[in-house]
Amino acid sequence: MKFLKFFLIVIILFPLSSVNAEENDKRNKITKNLRCLICQGQSVYDSDSEFANSLKIVVDKKLQEGLSEDQIYEYFKTKYGEWILYDPGLNKNTYILWLLPILIFLIGGAIIYKSFIVKK
Amino acid sequence: MKNKILPFSVIIIFGIIFFIFYKGLEDSKIYIPDVNAKKEIPVFNTKEFFSRENVKSSSIFELNKFYLLNIWSSWCVPCRQEHSFLMNLNLENKLNIIGMNYKDNLKNAENFLKELGNPYKEIFIDLDGTIAIEWGAYGVPESFLIYNNEIIKKYIGPLNQDLVDEINLLIK
Repeated sequence: MKFLKFFLIVIILFPLSSVNAEENDKRNKITKNLRCLICQGQSVYDSDSEFANSLKIVVDKKLQEGLSEDQIYEYFKTKYGEWILYDPGLNKNTYILWLLPILIFLIGGAIIYKSFIVKK
Repeated sequence: MKNKILPFSVIIIFGIIFFIFYKGLEDSKIYIPDVNAKKEIPVFNTKEFFSRENVKSSSIFELNKFYLLNIWSSWCVPCRQEHSFLMNLNLENKLNIIGMNYKDNLKNAENFLKELGNPYKEIFIDLDGTIAIEWGAYGVPESFLIYNNEIIKKYIGPLNQDLVDEINLLIK
């Protein structure tokens, strides 16, 4: 009987705590990817400024409203511009950033191919 | 031929990297908000400052009128400096000044208005700073010039005589 009670308690508590933890993880992940605009070089997650604290509340609210991570990023992008995101998307200002590694990789690969494999 | 490709491509790659870093040096790393972008004003619910009654944003802002939304706080020192300019702007009948009390102790805020005067036609409360974020604001003081539910211009930091002149020109 005791075991049954214990079992019931575990069953009741377990899903709740995991949902909570999941939401916390998500919130931390999102706030780590948002730049605190008035404290340069810190993410919203790291900062304790008035601005960052309000932003954390807004992120919580949006998560409760059921918005996805990308929708929340999009929301802040329309309010503050691309600069607020640490992980910028591909557009005309950032294409060099995205394409350069691929370009260097290809050129490097070509050099290696030319100088080592063709030589043999 | 083979020997020439290697140094040539190395030079090109370093050239590209140099160019990117050089360009990066010139860019400002400080966040400069887009102050001229026309944006629709957000919709929100809040409380009125004096009566503490619920108000909707749609009942505050009407069409065909100029509004200046001013975000202020009694703990904010630059807000004290700009207050006299707001009082002067208040003399213009064309402009309705709306106050947003940002993360403030309401008692202190009332004393602030008693001491320096109340230029605001209406004041609403933003206790946790979330409404300011809806507006895309990032601190106090900040002012938004609004016409037809659109933000015409954003003023970050305290207002001064030059900006007051500019506002007077814009609302003519």
